[in-house]
Amino acid sequence: MPVEKLTRRQALKMAGALVGAGIASQFVGQAPAASSPPVAAAAATSGKPIKIGFEVHRTGIGAAYGKWYERTTAAAVRLINETGGIAGRPVEIIAEDDGTDPKRGVEVIEKLAQHHKVDFIFGTLFSNVIVANAPRAGELKIPYFVVSEGYHVPSGRLNRYVFQPGITDVRAQVTAVAPWVVKNLGKKITMIFPDYAFGYDHRDFFGTAAKRLGAAVRAMIPIPPTETSFTKYFSNIPRDTDVIYHVMVGPGVLTFVKEMGEYFGTRKPKLFGFIDSLEAVDIASPGLEFLEGTYLWEAFPRYAGSTLTAAEREYRRRVGVDANGASTSDPKDVSAYSHMFGCWETLFVIKAAVEQSGYASPKDYRALIETLERMTVFPEGLQHPQGPKRFVGRLHQVFGRQFISQVQARKLKVVYTAKIEDSLYPPEADYTKHPL
Amino acid sequence: MTGRGMLIVHVALLALLWVLQFVLPPFHHGMVARILVLAAYAIGYNVLLGYTGLMSLGHAMFFAAGVYGAGLLVYYSAAGAVSGLLAGVLAGLGLAVILGLLSLRTTGATFLLVTMMFGQVGYLLTLYFNRITLGDQGLILSGRLEPLRVGAIDVTLSNPAVRFNAALLIFGLCLLLSLWLARSPVGRVLVAIRENEERTRMLGYDTFRYKLFALVLSGGICSLSGAAYALLFAYVGNTFASILYSIYPLLWTLLGGAGTTFGPLAGTALMSYAIDVASGLTSAYLMVVGLVLVVTILWFPSGIVGSLRARRWRWLP
Amino acid sequence: MSLGVRLFLALLEGTVTGLVLGLAALGLSLVFGVMRIVNIAHGAFFMLGAVIAWYVTSTTHSFVLALVGAPVAVAGVALAVDRFVLRPVRYATEATIVATIGVLYILEQLVLSVYGPYARAVPAPIYFRIDFPWFGYSGYKIVVAAAAMLLLAATWWLVARTTLGLYMRATQQNREMAEAFGVPVDRLYACVFALGGLLTAIAGALVVPIQQAHYLMGLDMLLLSFMVVIIGGLGSLGGTLVGALLVGLVDGVVSVFFTPTLARIVASVVVALVLVVRSQGLFGGEAS
Repeated sequence: MPVEKLTRRQALKMAGALVGAGIASQFVGQAPAASSPPVAAAAATSGKPIKIGFEVHRTGIGAAYGKWYERTTAAAVRLINETGGIAGRPVEIIAEDDGTDPKRGVEVIEKLAQHHKVDFIFGTLFSNVIVANAPRAGELKIPYFVVSEGYHVPSGRLNRYVFQPGITDVRAQVTAVAPWVVKNLGKKITMIFPDYAFGYDHRDFFGTAAKRLGAAVRAMIPIPPTETSFTKYFSNIPRDTDVIYHVMVGPGVLTFVKEMGEYFGTRKPKLFGFIDSLEAVDIASPGLEFLEGTYLWEAFPRYAGSTLTAAEREYRRRVGVDANGASTSDPKDVSAYSHMFGCWETLFVIKAAVEQSGYASPKDYRALIETLERMTVFPEGLQHPQGPKRFVGRLHQVFGRQFISQVQARKLKVVYTAKIEDSLYPPEADYTKHPL
Repeated sequence: MTGRGMLIVHVALLALLWVLQFVLPPFHHGMVARILVLAAYAIGYNVLLGYTGLMSLGHAMFFAAGVYGAGLLVYYSAAGAVSGLLAGVLAGLGLAVILGLLSLRTTGATFLLVTMMFGQVGYLLTLYFNRITLGDQGLILSGRLEPLRVGAIDVTLSNPAVRFNAALLIFGLCLLLSLWLARSPVGRVLVAIRENEERTRMLGYDTFRYKLFALVLSGGICSLSGAAYALLFAYVGNTFASILYSIYPLLWTLLGGAGTTFGPLAGTALMSYAIDVASGLTSAYLMVVGLVLVVTILWFPSGIVGSLRARRWRWLP
Repeated sequence: MSLGVRLFLALLEGTVTGLVLGLAALGLSLVFGVMRIVNIAHGAFFMLGAVIAWYVTSTTHSFVLALVGAPVAVAGVALAVDRFVLRPVRYATEATIVATIGVLYILEQLVLSVYGPYARAVPAPIYFRIDFPWFGYSGYKIVVAAAAMLLLAATWWLVARTTLGLYMRATQQNREMAEAFGVPVDRLYACVFALGGLLTAIAGALVVPIQQAHYLMGLDMLLLSFMVVIIGGLGSLGGTLVGALLVGLVDGVVSVFFTPTLARIVASVVVALVLVVRSQGLFGGEAS
C-alpha cells in the first residue's frame, strides 16, 4: 500500500530526532492511525512544547458547549502529556474565547497564529464562526481542526488547511438515521428546525433522503433564532403528520418541547429529534416529560449502557462525567456528551499526524497535511472512545457510528446503532487538489 | 484653529497611522487594519448621532447593506472589488433614502425604536433569503476576488500590506469627509438641528431635508465600511446585521466622543483593545468591558475626545 | 385545522404573550416615563430575576419564596446602580445608555461566571393543562397572565392613588417644578428605579417555569419591552398594556398566515409603521 510506505519512510527519516517511545508503534500494524495503546504513564516529555491554539465558545450562545469542550480538551491533553506527549514533546494549550461571534473568531485565529505563534488551531462549534474563520486560517496557512459537525468542511467550501477529523457532519448523521425513521416512525413527516445554517443542513439532507425513501415531508417550519414561544406555530403542523422531526439549539428548546407537549397532549404524533437540542440539558428537567417514549439521535450515548467499553469508562473518568453524562462533581451540570468527544478524538488525530509525518515546526505543514489526507481508519480505543472511524482524506471529514435512543424513564436508551457505511454519501469535494 | 490647520492635524493623524504599518508586529498590524475599517463605520454613525443628534439602533442594516451588496455581487458574478464596493455603497444609499423618508417623521426615542425595528427586519431578511445568503453561516469570498490591477501590478486584497493600506484609505476618506461636514455650512445647520430643531425650522431651514441628507451620508459611509469589511476579510455573514452590530457603533462613538472627528477612531480602538487585552487575562472579559464603559462614562462623560476637548484642547473639531 | 381554530389559538396565545410582555415592560415604562432614561440593563434585571428565582426554588423548593426573594434582590441591585452609576452622571440620556450597557455586560458576565451557561427550568407551582377539542394549552400561562393583570392594576393604583404616585406624575410632567414644590427627586428616582427592577424581576421569576433561566435571555425581552413602551406611549400605564397586547396579538395572528421568519418580518414592519404614523405612541401625549 503506497500510503503506508510513504508514512513509514517519513517517519523513519524523523525517527532519530524523535524522543517519544510511542512512536514506533505508529507505523506497525495496518492502519496509519492513532492505533497505539497509550505508552507507559511515566513517559517523560522534553523539548519545546507543541503549542495548540484552542478557540472556544466561553461566552455567547455557544457557552454551554464551550465549557465542556474545554473540560474534554484539558482531560485529553493531560492524558497525552502523561503518556509521552506528542512526538515526545509536551503539549501546551492556549485557549482564547471567541464569544461565539464570527468577527471575534477571526481575531482569535490571528491572535493564536501571529501573536502566540501556535503550531495548530483547534476547536469551536458554531458553523458561522468556522465559515468566517476558515479563509483566514487558509491565508495564514495554519492547520485548523474544527469540531463542529456542520457540512461546511465536506462540502468543499473551505480550504485545504481545515479538517474535521473528530466528529461526523450533519449530512452523514442524517443519511445514517433517515431509513430507520421512515421505516419505524412513519412516512408523513413535518420538520421543525432553526432558521439558520445548522437547520438548513437538516432541511436539505433529510428532506432529500426522506423523499428517496418514499416518504413525504408534509411541512417545513423554520423557527427564527431568539424565538421564545412556539405554540403559535404548531397549528401549521398538518393533521395527518406521522412524525415530527425536530432539531433546535439554544435555550429555547425546553419551552419548545413543553409547549409541544401541552399542545398535543396524548394525541401526539411520533417524535424524532436531535440531541443537539438537549446537549447540556438534563433529560429529567421539568417540562421534558413529553419526550418520554420519543426518539433522539445521539453521536455518543450519554447514559452509560451495559455495553460500556473499557475505553469509554476511562474516557468518562478522565473527563469527569458520571454514568448519566453529568459532571462527577455536580449532577446538575450535564455535559454536551454527543459533541465533546470530538475534541478528545481530534487531539489524538493531531498527535498521530504529527508523529507519522515527522512534523517538527511550521515548515512541515505540507507533510502533516498530506499525511492526514492519507489517513483512512481510526480504530476504537482510548484515543477514539466513541468508536471506530473512517476518515476520507479528500473530504477532510471523519465518519463514525450513529445512535438512535429512546427516552425511557427519563433516561436515554440506545435502540438502534447505524454502521459507518450507512452514513457515507457521494463525495462532492476533493481538497487534495486544492493549493497549499 | 483655521481650516488649514485643522486639515494638517487630520492629515498628520493619517500619516501617523500609515507609519504604524512598518512598526507593528503582524498580529497588531491586522488588528489595526480591522479597527480602521470599523472606525469608518463609527464615523458614519457619528454623522447622525454626533452632528445631527439622532440616535439610531438600526445602523447594522447599513453596514450589512454594504457587506451583502458587495459580497453577493462578488460571490455570484465575476465582478471585482471596485464594482463590489460600489454596489455595497449604492445599496446603503438606497436603503438610507427609503428608511429616511419613513423614519425621519419621528424623533427621539421613537426614531431609535423605528430604526431598531427596521434593523431587525434587515437581519430577518438575511435569514429569509437563506438560499442566497446561506443565513448565519454566510459566504466566503476568498478565491473569488480577482487581483486588482493597479497600473501594471496585480494587487491581492488578502495581502496584509494591501489590506492595511486599503483600510487606511477608506478610513482616511471617511475621516476627511466628516471633517468637511463638521466645518461646512450644512454641518452647522445639522448641529443647529441637534441643539434645537424647532428654532432651526423657524429660521427657515427645511430641517427634514437636512436630516435626510445626514442620514443618507451616514448610511453611505456605514455601507462603505461594510463593503470594505466584506471584501478585505473575505466573509459575508448575517452577524453583521444583528442588533449587536447596531449597538457597537453607538458604543464606539459615545466612548470616543460624539460630535468629534477623532472620537470614533478613539472609541473603536479602545473597545477593540480592551476586549483583546481583557480576554487574555480573564474569561470574564465582558465584565472588564462593562467596567470600562461605566468608568469612562463616570469620568469622561462626553467621551474620550469630548472630554479632552472640554478640558484641554478646545480646538479639537 | 380550520382557520377559525387557528385564529382562536393565535388570539389566545397573543393575549397571554401580550399580558406577560406588559408586565415585563412595566418597569421599563415607569423608569422611561418618570426618569426619562433608557435603561438597557432592564433586560439584565429580567434575567437576574429569573436566575435568582431558579436558585431559590431549587434550594428551598418553594416558588413563593422565589417570587419574593428574586424581586427584592433585584431591587437592591437597581438601587446600587442608581446610586453609583446613574446619579453620578445626572441621568443624562446618552451617558445612561452607555452606562447601562456596561451594567448589562457586568451582570450577564457575573451570572455566566456564577450560574453558568445553562438553560434551567423549575416546575410550575400551579400546573394544569386546558384541553380544548382541537389542542391543549398551558394552565400556568393563564395564571401568569392573570398575575400580570393584577400587578398592572396594583401599579396603576400606586401611581394614581398614592403620594409616591403623585410625586411620580408631578416629576414626569415637570421635574424642576416638582422639585420646587418639595418633591425629593433624588430619592424618588431611586424609588422608581428600584420599583422598576422589582416589577421586572417578578416578570422574570414568573416566566422561569415557562421559559427557563439563561444568562442571555434579557436581550430579546428588552427589545420587545422597548416596542411595547414606545407604542403605548411614554410613561402611560394604560398605553403599556395596550401596546403589549397589540404586540402580542400582531405576533400571534401574523404567524397564522406566514412562515415563522416571514411572520416576524411582517410583525416588525407593522410595528415600525404604527410608530411612523403615530410617533407619539398610541396613548402618549408627546414624544421625548
